[in-house]
Amino acid sequence: MGAGHGHRLHFHAHSPVHRAPAHLKVLALLGFMLVVVATPREAYAVFVVEALVLLGVIGVSRVPLGYLLPRMVVEVPFAVFAVLMPFISHGPRTEVLGVSVSEPGLVAGIALLVKGSIGVLASLTLAATTEPQDLLRGLQRLRMPELVVQIMGFMIRYLDVVTAELGRMMTALRSRGCDPRSPRHWPVLARSLGALFIRSYERGERVHLAMLSRGYDGKLPQLEKTP
Amino acid sequence: MHVPDGFLDAPTSVATGAVAAAAVAVSLRGARRELDDRTAPMAGLVATFVFAAQMINFPVGAGTSGHLMGGALAAVLVGPWTAVLCLSVVLLVQALLMADGGITALGTNITLIGIVTVAVGWAVFVVLRRVLPKRLDLVAPAAAVGALASVPVAALVFTGLFAIGGNAPVDLGAVVTAMLGWHTVIGMGEAVITGLVVASVVAARPDLVHGARPLVAERELVTRKVVPQ
Repeated sequence: MGAGHGHRLHFHAHSPVHRAPAHLKVLALLGFMLVVVATPREAYAVFVVEALVLLGVIGVSRVPLGYLLPRMVVEVPFAVFAVLMPFISHGPRTEVLGVSVSEPGLVAGIALLVKGSIGVLASLTLAATTEPQDLLRGLQRLRMPELVVQIMGFMIRYLDVVTAELGRMMTALRSRGCDPRSPRHWPVLARSLGALFIRSYERGERVHLAMLSRGYDGKLPQLEKTP
Repeated sequence: MHVPDGFLDAPTSVATGAVAAAAVAVSLRGARRELDDRTAPMAGLVATFVFAAQMINFPVGAGTSGHLMGGALAAVLVGPWTAVLCLSVVLLVQALLMADGGITALGTNITLIGIVTVAVGWAVFVVLRRVLPKRLDLVAPAAAVGALASVPVAALVFTGLFAIGGNAPVDLGAVVTAMLGWHTVIGMGEAVITGLVVASVVAARPDLVHGARPLVAERELVTRKVVPQ
């Protein structure tokens, strides 16, 4: 069930990066990415240094690059936009491999691609080295409102339960000749989603009652660090 | 699909982060009114539902697909404050645990997907609910129109942010046209699915639909005698 260890991106290993407190990792990621985002777009030497720092952290974390790189497909839509940039931008033209492209567009496209890639790789590193419970504890230490941390905790806990429920519904639809992607079958798909909402909502009510019967008073005990 | 790191410059990202933090703080108070002490588990499960619903892709044309944003849907189903919280938490989990959407762009993503779609969807829905006849079967069409409006407006706000802090020398008129055209198509998909989902929940459990509560409350419980044969 959803309360197990790790999550889909978590890579089990023992390294200083895995052991580092989650709140420091989140702060480090945020600070690092703000520096990357604020780097001038033509400071290529700085980009190289930033990429090397990130690769160094990944090296220490012992998460193989072969594990992280395929998971970078998340950024594909924006990579496409970055690649299109030299062609759709205005400004002085320049020749690259015999194709006329916009020079400022080329610079912006490369910067976008580099910053986006560093961002995705850095976020993946955090996700791969941090257990959800540690992340919640870290956010708590960063003074994130208690209620937001609790909502996030419930979401993480029931993520696999609810998505698996949706998956079973989709399997049932497909086995009856439905294609959930096709607009022709949207009414059926929507009824399934409606049912999923009712089930999720009622599960929430049951969880709340179960918590009350165990003495819930607005605080979650298991988030406090167990010795 | 979320805004990644580096798409908008640092000052814009920090500013939208501040907007997002303020909106979440206000929503925390509002959600307590909507859900009282059930807030944490209920909002958590609804956030999970929104996440699951966002996994459904639909074809938009030209080989690409869009997915449900769910802002208007969540607003009508659980109320606007809880909806802002749910979508913000979904985006937070996606940024921190799934590398979907950059951490510096989290404020931008929460502002666009969490706040603008919910606010626009809910506002349009409430206006329509007031104007239209007070009938339960009109809740779903009103929700659909709210969803239809919410997506292009979010795209427009994104274009505004892009004009302020965009990192690309692209002609702004072209961006507006492309974003609006594209997102109107996505908005239609969003509208149809939102309307159908709301209709199905209204049919089965009208008491759960936050946007239908005033209408459900007006319905009287009628007890009739069985006429003896």
